[in-house]
Amino acid sequence: MSGEPLILALPSKGRLMEQAGELFAAAGLPVRKTGHERGYRGEIGGQNDVEIAFLSAAEIAYDLSLGRVHLGITGENLIRESGRDGVSRTEIIRPLGFGKADVVVAVPECWIDVTRMGDLEDVSAMFFRRHGRRLRVATKYMNLTRRFFSDKGVTGYRLVESLGATEGTVAGGTAEMIVDITSTGTTLRANHLKVLSDGLILKSQAVLARSKTAEWQPQTSDALTEILSRLDTNGS
Amino acid sequence: MVAEPTASYAALQAQANAITELFNAQGYELVAPAYLQPADLFLDRMGEAIRGRTYVFTDLDGEELCLRPDVTLPACRVYLERHPLADVEARLCYNGPVFRYQPGGGDEMRPREFRQAGIEYIGGSDRPGAEAEVTGLAVAAVRDAGLKAFSIRIGDLGLFAAFVAALDIPERWRLRLHHFFWRPPVFRNLLRQLSTAPAGNMDGDDAKLLASLDIDDAEGSRARVAAHLEGAGIPLEGSRTLVEITDRLLDRAADAKEQPLSEATVKLIEAYLAISEPARNALDRIAKDANAAGLGMDEALSAAHARLDRLGEAGIDVGTVTFSAEFGRDLEYYTGHVFQIELPGRGRAGQIAGGGRYDDLLESLGAPRSTPAVGSAIHTERLLAAVRGGAA
Repeated sequence: MSGEPLILALPSKGRLMEQAGELFAAAGLPVRKTGHERGYRGEIGGQNDVEIAFLSAAEIAYDLSLGRVHLGITGENLIRESGRDGVSRTEIIRPLGFGKADVVVAVPECWIDVTRMGDLEDVSAMFFRRHGRRLRVATKYMNLTRRFFSDKGVTGYRLVESLGATEGTVAGGTAEMIVDITSTGTTLRANHLKVLSDGLILKSQAVLARSKTAEWQPQTSDALTEILSRLDTNGS
Repeated sequence: MVAEPTASYAALQAQANAITELFNAQGYELVAPAYLQPADLFLDRMGEAIRGRTYVFTDLDGEELCLRPDVTLPACRVYLERHPLADVEARLCYNGPVFRYQPGGGDEMRPREFRQAGIEYIGGSDRPGAEAEVTGLAVAAVRDAGLKAFSIRIGDLGLFAAFVAALDIPERWRLRLHHFFWRPPVFRNLLRQLSTAPAGNMDGDDAKLLASLDIDDAEGSRARVAAHLEGAGIPLEGSRTLVEITDRLLDRAADAKEQPLSEATVKLIEAYLAISEPARNALDRIAKDANAAGLGMDEALSAAHARLDRLGEAGIDVGTVTFSAEFGRDLEYYTGHVFQIELPGRGRAGQIAGGGRYDDLLESLGAPRSTPAVGSAIHTERLLAAVRGGAA
């Protein structure tokens, strides 16, 4: 074999890593780490034109958009978060049916006067008059939030980037409300937060996605076709 | 992507020198506000929309900074550093880079790093005089630079305020219309809501609670809301207080008792915002509509005419100036007269210069009193490109 291999990025930890591994194993393409057990490289089903990079789910979305990897499995939320509109550089090939989570707008339960996005602009104006600053929205999803709020005509807020437990920022006093992922809503309820009735930003799940900016040579394109046809034949 | 400022450096520099000389000759002192600014100041005053276009970052100490997307606010900080009491009249000018994100890296007419040449006239008590001076000087600067085929558009947020003040609607609706003037989609939603179901829709226990509130008894209403929360096992969390939550519920309870905004009033507002024509005609039309609807706007209208007179004295051919009632909607800190010098039919890339009155900004930056101010900025790369590209 000559030429560059196709680089497939897979999640390096957690349930997402296991489920991605199961998906390929079921398609007759078992994933194996190369080198030592804690390494970050691997191979798949004896295909020597494919190289695996184990990365965090967020890095996968980022590397797909920059064209550092050809193909990857990561959350749709992370792909849509990367870059200006998220999908101009990355093509989502198919949803995978696992890793489901919703990205939602949540406010304190005690805000009984707030039920919809449309209330926020009003609340923000009153809040500004009283506190001299804007409502702070804590989130890891700065781009998704900005686009969604702008679509809903809400502008009187400011974003606070949250790196850790976003749901704790309201009680902690560093934000008035949040945008975060939730699967069952348990964590939100435990933190006395409620989702706005039209506050669903994205129903996300794990997806297989292709970089539009990576270099695609005949050999890498062939490798992609081969992987997709194996996944199709084996009931993905 | 263009290698931005280097290509035309010499020509830009020559243009900058000429513009600065003109500003100096009119009594404007050259200042050099910092490029690096605290991000908070911009984000809290200009909103998240500007953040989408601002380079914001955190330094090693965790301080959130930005590259200035505009020089008005940094220039105001220079003024306040010199005059913390904001009790001195000052004329400042600047010429330097600003930084704005452009999707796809930017191009010649939409660079992400470009130089603004601007003036700020702070503390001038002759209001129409200050507005005419600043507008006239901006027009003189682009004309001296060689621009010939341009048009001038003006708007007036003060006139909109006077219009809303004359409408027979609750004060809190006026506040909302005024506040949402900046956000056309929200503004339209608000009009629709006020003309159908002013209180919005609530259901279940919350609706029952709302119906139980006595809008003349704030104290008792707070107690009811507190009891409602306690009964539902909901703690009062976050920085909005019980008073704020109750006040807004009381507003909604009051809204529920109001007559919805009449069809005629909605039409009147829409007709006002649709006005865009030669300035004198526009003012006449507004006067005619106001009279027909019985709105008292005489004072505000004669002030607007007086301003046009002063603009004429400042060397502007008022017959060619367009008044657009909606103009000013994306520049959140302006409070009165606003203007723009533009190349017709070129959209955003044709906006050569703009400015206006911003009376609230200095106080929000820490001035102990409301301080009148008018300013203008010229997009110098666009000016140069327009002059070179045949708009001259």
